[in-house]
Amino acid sequence: MTAERAVLTRLLGPGPGKRHNARTIAALTGNPGCTRRAVLDAAGIDKPKLAQHIGFPGDFGQSRFALARGNAFEAMLKADCCALLLETLGYASMAPIRYDDLGEDADETLGARHARTRDLLAGTAETALIDHPLLTLDVAGQTVFLEPDLIALQVAGRLQVVEIKSFAIVDGQADSAKVSAAATQAAVYVLALRHLLSRLGVDEQMVSHDVVLVCPENFSLRPAAVVLDVRKQLSTLRRQLARLASVAEIVASLPPDLTFDLALPPAQLTAALTRIEARYAPECLSACELAAYCRHEAAGTTAALGRPVRDALGGIETVAEALALAAGTRTPSEQQTEAAALLRAAAVLRAEALAG
Amino acid sequence: MSTLTALARAQAFERGRAAPIATVRHLHVHDRPLVLIPLAMAGEANAPLAAMAGTCAAEPTLLIVDQPRNRDQRFAFAESLASLVVSYVDSFAGVAESVTVDRGRDVRYRFVDAPQIWVPNTGGVDFLRLFGRSTRFRRTDGDHPVPPSVPLLGRWLTFFANSAEVPGSSLLLNAVQALALHWATGQSSAEDAHLAAQLAWIDPPEGMSGKAAALDAERGPAAGPLTHPDFDNQVLAPLMSLDQPDIGRLTIAVRDQLRPTWELMWRTLELLRALPIGARVGSRWDSDRDAYSAFVQQLADGSPPQPRRDGAVAAAARLQRLENAATRYAVQRAFDDPLVMAEYRLTGNAFAGEVILTKADRVDDSGKRPVLRPRIIVATTEAVRLDAGATLTSPARPSQKAKVISVTATPTGSDVLLELSGGMGRKLVAEPGTVPVVGERIVLTTLSETFRPGGAFPDPAETPWTHGGPPVPQGAPRVVQ
Repeated sequence: MTAERAVLTRLLGPGPGKRHNARTIAALTGNPGCTRRAVLDAAGIDKPKLAQHIGFPGDFGQSRFALARGNAFEAMLKADCCALLLETLGYASMAPIRYDDLGEDADETLGARHARTRDLLAGTAETALIDHPLLTLDVAGQTVFLEPDLIALQVAGRLQVVEIKSFAIVDGQADSAKVSAAATQAAVYVLALRHLLSRLGVDEQMVSHDVVLVCPENFSLRPAAVVLDVRKQLSTLRRQLARLASVAEIVASLPPDLTFDLALPPAQLTAALTRIEARYAPECLSACELAAYCRHEAAGTTAALGRPVRDALGGIETVAEALALAAGTRTPSEQQTEAAALLRAAAVLRAEALAG
Repeated sequence: MSTLTALARAQAFERGRAAPIATVRHLHVHDRPLVLIPLAMAGEANAPLAAMAGTCAAEPTLLIVDQPRNRDQRFAFAESLASLVVSYVDSFAGVAESVTVDRGRDVRYRFVDAPQIWVPNTGGVDFLRLFGRSTRFRRTDGDHPVPPSVPLLGRWLTFFANSAEVPGSSLLLNAVQALALHWATGQSSAEDAHLAAQLAWIDPPEGMSGKAAALDAERGPAAGPLTHPDFDNQVLAPLMSLDQPDIGRLTIAVRDQLRPTWELMWRTLELLRALPIGARVGSRWDSDRDAYSAFVQQLADGSPPQPRRDGAVAAAARLQRLENAATRYAVQRAFDDPLVMAEYRLTGNAFAGEVILTKADRVDDSGKRPVLRPRIIVATTEAVRLDAGATLTSPARPSQKAKVISVTATPTGSDVLLELSGGMGRKLVAEPGTVPVVGERIVLTTLSETFRPGGAFPDPAETPWTHGGPPVPQGAPRVVQ
């Protein structure tokens, strides 16, 4: 374990690393076959800076307006000891409810904040809101701290994850992509909370699989709470986390001189990147900061045209190969016979229709 | 994705230029369409920031909201958009034609033309749907009155957004989907969602490959409705944070964002117009004109705005209409376009072959009345995955049915024996040209244009309890027993 830590520290080079958050873990499970992302995230490498440095800047800025609205909505809910939030959750009439904020993100206090989270969760059975609890999760053989962006609602010893999002729910419907992203993130928190409880010797079922999403309703800022069942996301997440090849194994196979120290010249960093295999798919463009580089690298593969295209072409690796098989200028291997026949027939039909 | 389309993408990548996946145009392109590019304020729930609209490429109208979070400004925007959209839409409610219905027993009227709105992408359609939702219930009296044109705009936008869900409808179209229906690019469909990049593959600048042009285009302004975060942070935010917004500079900044997309929209229309029109596009536009005429009538009758959600019966009926439209659209596209039909040939639902034997005057007199039932043999080299008894149609003679009598394997493929019925006139001798002749090359398919009758749905007042029971009128107390 320490050897592995040493390698990861070397990969990072001097300078602070970046921590995992629910979003990066959700993205990791979105493309579990990508070794490159697994290693870079495990080492805490700043992917946006790396991408910028090697000349493939990603497009992951966030609009100031969107941030402002998100913050305003959250601040409104949390004002006066979460008065509005409690009302939305249906606890308005109860006696004052304890509210603990475990504070903003700072690296030095990680251990202390995690300990305090543990104490709070283990401590009482009274109703309480715990804001920004610092949780840990085992990802690819590594224990990582999660950037906290949730509130845990504790009622009679049971815990429920509350997520505040600023996208609108109009007539009971919201953008499905945003809802599913929120559900996956919430599932990460549920999983992390359950791990914590089971380490404390408490039944992990005390963390509910029903999470509460608090969003503005219709076209106003009035909050509305909806309950999402994240059991499906939880099982996907568990399966994907188990499938993530252990980073330790990958790290052990890396060349001993490999590093992503951002002080190095771009050419050297690009060369280093090619030593760790990536699995690019067009979906990466909206989920990974390094995607523009990987897309460049994957040019000419059928996977770069999208998974449906790759499947429809019979799983043939490269565009050139698929076209050669379609034209009949290349002899198919045994596994390719069926795909080649289909491609050949398709090419004939296409040529006929376009000529007529 | 079909293997044919995937192959077209591979070819496009290799050539560095988009490859056609249709030989005809499958949608109606209006002579005077309304192009509308909405921009929304990031983070807000459907707050308009600006819109560029117009029916003439040279004269776009720019509408702009300098404080998108301000309610009054939002409705002022809605009012100016309404005057633009509603006057365009109303301009077609003039001349009507009569159409006979119910086998000539009745007649109804429809307008000879209908409006057509173009937005850049599906995001644009969603924006219009939500904007319709946020305006159609607004009151023209009471606490926050709005001009009557605002709820009217909301109802029209809702009408257009709903019709955009109907497969084959051309009332509200988006450029990205319209282009993707006719061309495959050498990039993924996720990347195609960027109109400029998609168009770069289809129509790259002189001397540039589609791939290089697409990479360049990705760095250009977004086609909306969301603006690029960099534009928000570096251009918009400083201009809007002023106490008194500098309208002049704001207008210039927004116009610079919208203008490139505006040009691309008209270029898209040009490219689509250059394609020959499919034979059945006209009949689908007739349906669109029917829908438009019916909605004009609804408004004139003073019916209430479209509900927030359909009731159970209305939802079921709508779903069935959509399914029927989807089937009809798929069949019509295949009949209009050999390249689309090729997809069915590849999967064994259609085949092409040569007529090698005909018996055009064969009469079946086994029944009460003798009937004309010619038989033909079609030799094909394609794989035929059909059983005896299957009914086929040929796009060349859509009203004629061909029943498979037998399929015989031959050294080069198979011979298919078919019995024809219908589409040959009323006599016992086929009208000239209605029976294929020896040597003719024909395509036969299991697809058929047969009319599918609508299902029988109960009256909303008789909605079964399994579907929530009859809807409760708004405001009336629900009776608890």
